[in-house]
Amino acid sequence: MWIRSTMTYRASFALAFFGNLATSGLDFIGIYVMFRHIDVLGGFSLPEIALLYGACAASLGLTDLLLGNTDRVGARIRDGSLDTMLVRPVPVFAQVAADRFALRRLGRVMQGLVVLGWGVAAADVSWTAGRVLLVPVMVVAGAAIFAAVLLAGAAFQFVAGDAAEVQNSFTYGGCTMLQYPPTVFGREMVRGVTFVVPLAFVNWVPALYVLGRPQPFGLPWWTAFLSPLVALAALAPASLAWRAGLRSYRSTGS
Amino acid sequence: MRLYVAVAAGGFRRYATYGTATAAGVFTNTVFGFIVAYTYLALWDERPQLGGYDQAQALTFVWISQSLLAAGALIGGGFQEELQERIRTGDIAVDLYRPADLQMWWLAADLGRAAFQLLGRGVPPTIVGALFFDLALPTGPGRWLLFLVSVWLGLVVGFALRYLVGLAAFWLLDGSGVNMMALLVSMFCSGVMLPLTVFPGAFGEVVRVLPWAAMLQVPLDVLLGEHAGAGAAGPALAFQLGWAAVLLGAGRLMQASATRKVVVQGG
Repeated sequence: MWIRSTMTYRASFALAFFGNLATSGLDFIGIYVMFRHIDVLGGFSLPEIALLYGACAASLGLTDLLLGNTDRVGARIRDGSLDTMLVRPVPVFAQVAADRFALRRLGRVMQGLVVLGWGVAAADVSWTAGRVLLVPVMVVAGAAIFAAVLLAGAAFQFVAGDAAEVQNSFTYGGCTMLQYPPTVFGREMVRGVTFVVPLAFVNWVPALYVLGRPQPFGLPWWTAFLSPLVALAALAPASLAWRAGLRSYRSTGS
Repeated sequence: MRLYVAVAAGGFRRYATYGTATAAGVFTNTVFGFIVAYTYLALWDERPQLGGYDQAQALTFVWISQSLLAAGALIGGGFQEELQERIRTGDIAVDLYRPADLQMWWLAADLGRAAFQLLGRGVPPTIVGALFFDLALPTGPGRWLLFLVSVWLGLVVGFALRYLVGLAAFWLLDGSGVNMMALLVSMFCSGVMLPLTVFPGAFGEVVRVLPWAAMLQVPLDVLLGEHAGAGAAGPALAFQLGWAAVLLGAGRLMQASATRKVVVQGG
């Protein structure tokens, strides 16, 4: 339904689609401008950073396309319109995700995949079957990890009301961080996104293996293949939190 | 004048109401501050004195930028969507009947909003940044005062630009496309993404004289002492003042022709 309603205004959709493509691409243009002045950043070349950037942007784009509107939960809790969703015979989370589904967000996914493709082609990688397989696994598992963050963020809004912006720190902020190599950041920050909020498994850990680089904290090479398991491990508590949040929902005015 | 002060106070109070949203915003700006600060550290390690800044100045650029983002509505927010909605629904006709000037009304409300966000969302990230990094903040009150004047002028320029974008709805009805384009230009040309002094060649020279430079790059250069002293900061402030006057004037012209259009449509 939301796809059809968007397509009614074709010109506006085209503008929004390309705007979306360009806004998300702006980060990479920024990195490109940086590389007009330097050859390596944190010991990584531009194609290697493109691989990191593209994988993360494609993952976040996929999550954003499917679940990007979960940040409206806070608004729905405040104005009471979540009640309408509770009485419909469809899981509330499915409704929340489909609420104002925005096809224009496909722009970010495509932009991420293009940069990833260039990075894969241009970076100096000795390809093996495992490394080839790992690239698509990385994108899909990364999207699942971001989905867990959004789910937990939506659950948090039952407690915090209008704090939707906090989850942006972990999704957009996380992606901004992951598009640079881990060597750039302080040790404590890398530790946080590896072991606390496991964002490092979105792209750093698998991509470092693809690039033949050592893992942070001397993690063994096979951890690169753990992303799908990490995604499942993150989704489980996040969905429990969402259920708990929904059960505690008392509607407005009480 | 009393009226506009009241409108500005209303704008301030309106945003001050949302405590948790402000705290969430501070958290987000601080997280981004850390991320960008580390990438700038790596960048300035490779190329010291890039863009004419030393490392402490570059880090100051990061944290003050994070502090000014919400106030300047540099990566979204602000009033233009609300104005466009009033134009689309026709409520604007009521606004035009009021004994107040439309542009001044929105300017006052937007400056009230910005004042709150400067205090509520702006001060904490810079304090955190100063605790964790070595910043090049001025010690004397003089340069801070010049900085505040420059920030204020930058806010007026930002308002004037967004007012033009908002009024575009009189002709386009649906403003989402033009809003997105305006946001894109603002992110790229104001210095949010990278200091404008880092942009290479002729492109960099063009970007540095566009009005968007007045919103972030110029206030930061005033703070960092790139325009040291009142005399040297003069051209920077005059640059901002000039763009503010031109753009506010353009807004008046556009408003006048839009008002005629409303009358033609019969309200």
